[in-house]
Amino acid sequence: MAVSKLFGARIKRRDDPQLITGKATYTDDVKLPGLVYAAVVRSTHAHARLKSVDVSKARKHPGVLAVYTGKDVADALAPVPCAWLVPGCDLKIPPRPVLAVDRVRYVGEAVAVVVAQNRYLARDAAELIQVSYEPLPVLVNQEQAAQPGAMQIHADVPNVCFSWKLQGGDTEAAFKSADVVIKQRFRNTRLIPNAMEARAVTAQYNSGTGDMTIWVTTQNPHIHRFVLSIILKMSETKIRVIAPEVGGGFGSKIPVYPEDALIPHLARELGRPVKWAEDRRENYVATTHGRDHITDLEVAAKKDGTLLAFRGKTYANLGAYASLAAPGVPTILHGLMLAGCYTISAVDYTVHGVLTNTTPVDAYRGAGRPEATYLVERMVDLVAFKTGLDPAEVRRRNFIPKDKFPYTVVTGVSYDSGDYDASLNKALQMIGYDAFRKEQTVARKQGRYLGIGLCTYVEICGLGPSPVAGAVGFQGGLYGSAMIRIAPTGKVQVFIGESPHGQGEKTTFAQVTADQLGVPYDDVEIIAGDTANTPMGWGTYGSRTTTVGGGAIFTACGRLIEKGKKIAAHLLEAAEADIVFNDGRFSIKGSPDRMRTIQDVTLQATLAWNLPAGVEPGMEAIAFYDPPNFVYPFGAHVCTVEVDPNTGETALLRYVAVDDCGKVINPLIVDGQVHGGITQGLAQALLEEAVYDENGQMLTASMLDYAVPKAFHMPRFETAHTVTPSPHHPLGVKGVGETGTIASTATVANAIIDALSPLGITHLDMPFTPRRLWHEIQVRKGGRP
Amino acid sequence: MIPAVFDYAAPKSVEEALKLLSKHRNAKVMAGGQSLLSLMKLRAATPPMVVDLGRIRGLSYVKKKGNTLAIGAMTTHTEIASSAVVQKEARALAQAAEAIGDLQVRNRGTIGGSLAHADPAADYPAAFLALEGSVVVQGRKPRTISAGDFFTGLFATGLKSAEIITEVQIPLKPAIAGSAYVKMKHPASGFAIVGAAAVVRGSGSAREVRLAFTGAAAHAYRAKSVEAALRGKALDEAAVREAMRQAADGVELLEDLAADKEYRAQLVRVFGQRAVLAAG
Repeated sequence: MAVSKLFGARIKRRDDPQLITGKATYTDDVKLPGLVYAAVVRSTHAHARLKSVDVSKARKHPGVLAVYTGKDVADALAPVPCAWLVPGCDLKIPPRPVLAVDRVRYVGEAVAVVVAQNRYLARDAAELIQVSYEPLPVLVNQEQAAQPGAMQIHADVPNVCFSWKLQGGDTEAAFKSADVVIKQRFRNTRLIPNAMEARAVTAQYNSGTGDMTIWVTTQNPHIHRFVLSIILKMSETKIRVIAPEVGGGFGSKIPVYPEDALIPHLARELGRPVKWAEDRRENYVATTHGRDHITDLEVAAKKDGTLLAFRGKTYANLGAYASLAAPGVPTILHGLMLAGCYTISAVDYTVHGVLTNTTPVDAYRGAGRPEATYLVERMVDLVAFKTGLDPAEVRRRNFIPKDKFPYTVVTGVSYDSGDYDASLNKALQMIGYDAFRKEQTVARKQGRYLGIGLCTYVEICGLGPSPVAGAVGFQGGLYGSAMIRIAPTGKVQVFIGESPHGQGEKTTFAQVTADQLGVPYDDVEIIAGDTANTPMGWGTYGSRTTTVGGGAIFTACGRLIEKGKKIAAHLLEAAEADIVFNDGRFSIKGSPDRMRTIQDVTLQATLAWNLPAGVEPGMEAIAFYDPPNFVYPFGAHVCTVEVDPNTGETALLRYVAVDDCGKVINPLIVDGQVHGGITQGLAQALLEEAVYDENGQMLTASMLDYAVPKAFHMPRFETAHTVTPSPHHPLGVKGVGETGTIASTATVANAIIDALSPLGITHLDMPFTPRRLWHEIQVRKGGRP
Repeated sequence: MIPAVFDYAAPKSVEEALKLLSKHRNAKVMAGGQSLLSLMKLRAATPPMVVDLGRIRGLSYVKKKGNTLAIGAMTTHTEIASSAVVQKEARALAQAAEAIGDLQVRNRGTIGGSLAHADPAADYPAAFLALEGSVVVQGRKPRTISAGDFFTGLFATGLKSAEIITEVQIPLKPAIAGSAYVKMKHPASGFAIVGAAAVVRGSGSAREVRLAFTGAAAHAYRAKSVEAALRGKALDEAAVREAMRQAADGVELLEDLAADKEYRAQLVRVFGQRAVLAAG
């Protein structure tokens, strides 16, 4: 493995200068001759019959080109499909029209669209559309929507649109033999992803050639092209999807949305390029949300802390429709991680996916895994509390030992590698665990509420082997792809099928390529996001890009080097077997001076004046990398807090994160990913919660009410790593994009509950707002201030 | 997030602005625009005409006029927060300015605009009340409105429709011994869930405390029973805590996701205490 100078280097992200100086092109920056603008009218009711949609005034408004309702587009556009058809759970997918036709099922559902000369006129005209609703009963809470006899939201699909069961080991026997059984109800809050850039679509249709070009805020342009060809009823080959710069996604830009098909359709109908850009208020109701689980879980354990079994069920709120990946998130990505880092031997778990009158829920950073980690890591602390053992010790006693990998856990997945003791020990040492426990004892005597919380996590990512994707009902492959083209001058272009949008692979992949080919870093360009010039790939999510894309680049580089050896041998009049490639030079073994650089070889390959027999011209290679397994990053996070009993405010004192994502290509970028991830997870624990009232109106429908984390909310993060390479990946890397989010919510939850444990508190639901904590403290103190 | 159609005028003088306001009955005055523009983008406000005061010279200043601290209505939060005079003479006002929004908002937003908007959770009103300030208003005829008469309800003030605040005045006699503004920031908006301003004038048995709260009720209010309880007292923690028990008495407290009435009452007591102790 040629891992040399650039691999591991702390290099600044190469795309940042253009991003932070306003030189980047986002979808809303795309300007085309004759461009017109769309504005969407959205349902103001969570559940209602559409009696009428009166567009007459809007049609007459100055500058308006057209107005469409659901009826106008129903024939031309197929329903928006769901693409994760999890098998064996009786999954039924309700049809999702691009524009609502006779019924609306959540506030924010698109009802009509106006196209006008500019976005101001479009918005003014949209205000003139009069929608007449006949309100229907509203179901917001998934547990209520799942009750027998609950009003059915879709005519042909029950509210519980799947029930997924996970069984491993002998749960009944485990509970019989348990010394300790603890039951707990958990509420995992609904979150709003809040990408910095809201969604946008710009579409241009050439009626002469029949070509459709779609600029769209997507994490996966090839999936968009695939799915949009179905909705638009067009050949895929006539559709070009471009994800220009995309300002964050966090999972919310995986799904194909109604507008993604609607806007191209309008361009096709009107013969004019059309743009739509979501505003933040629309974003809060029309872009997918995350999480929203209600779980009842029991744990069986021995009094020495040995975990025996989990048993329970989760109601996962899917919202009004099954979004693109929605069924897979609370099942495959969630249930299969219920063993955590532990040798627990039995599990019996059911997940009910429930339709409600709320915005659809889909992947949000971590997607199912933060929810699983939260359950497991809270349960471990409950066991510690009940048995009187130290939470760190309970974890140690149940860790999968490092010499047992690859290890198949009770849920059936096989972890590739791990050393859980190492990361835990490092984290405890960094925070000064024993010293803090002493400080805590003293503080408690003074009536102060200090707490320390731990989370030892493992996650499944690097999605994933395609045969597994097929087996779990994911309607696509999950390989990565790279096409590398070396120009005659020796400059390198790497076209990748994945679509990074802030994760930093334009930098890290250039590092990997430069190392492998022995060319200068600045000579390597990474190109992504355009289906016209990148090979088929499945996008950026699930912390997969570095692993599957990195694997593809590694393989494609290998192919170029093999070809280069043949050409170099021919030019040097040596046997191919005698050629060694090192640091960009093809040389004869033992005679390093007799060599040709990769640039020389590329020029000769391109000119093709003198190539060996059977060697084709050009220096281009394509590779599709389908990994043999997922990768399983892990780590230990620990934080300390102090809760002020007078105000219920939590001060984050210190936060230590020890992550193991295998080999680190660029520590600076990994730090950035970890910092961002921790921030999002802490925000779930402390700040964020999307709240609906009983009528399905969102009470936190703007940034005035919904608390997105700000820098001043966060402590300084102390980060470190252990390095346990993935044994099956050519670069030894694992993913790191979601680890922070997966670990930090449970970490701070455990710390706050530890702080309040002298009051007899063993569990509280998120978010741990000052108001909630203050009330809880009052109740426990049995009095009023 | 696109406002409805509106007309716009940028007068060069207060007189010109007043003429525009009397001509366009439903016009809205814009100072820094930090509140009005957001409301317009949400179409929560759809004024047919916006009269922008930004081109009027001479409304941005901080100066001592005898026993009065005079602040031009168009002075920005940043200018007030960083003014050595304000920091020295009326620290609570500088602290309130510093506590507003974020840097961009503080660079654009103005004291006159903020007071006229009368957001129940804005920061200035508590300091303005506790400092017993007043506003100079130009309209059909110039007048002065004292802080106590200024806030009349939720987003409501004693200003009439064709009136413009031109100056904010803070009396510096009797001498201010100390003042402070503290708040619990809403985690999303940054507005005050509860903000408390305390001003101490005089000393010994002549010591007078003024204490006002924002964010707690439909408009900022003075806790006069607390003030009375602390008159002439040494401001030690026990005395202040005891007096603060009455801080929310008789007040219809706001209720929202961040704080119900019970919790808000607790915040009034805690932040009231912190403000008085910091001022004293």
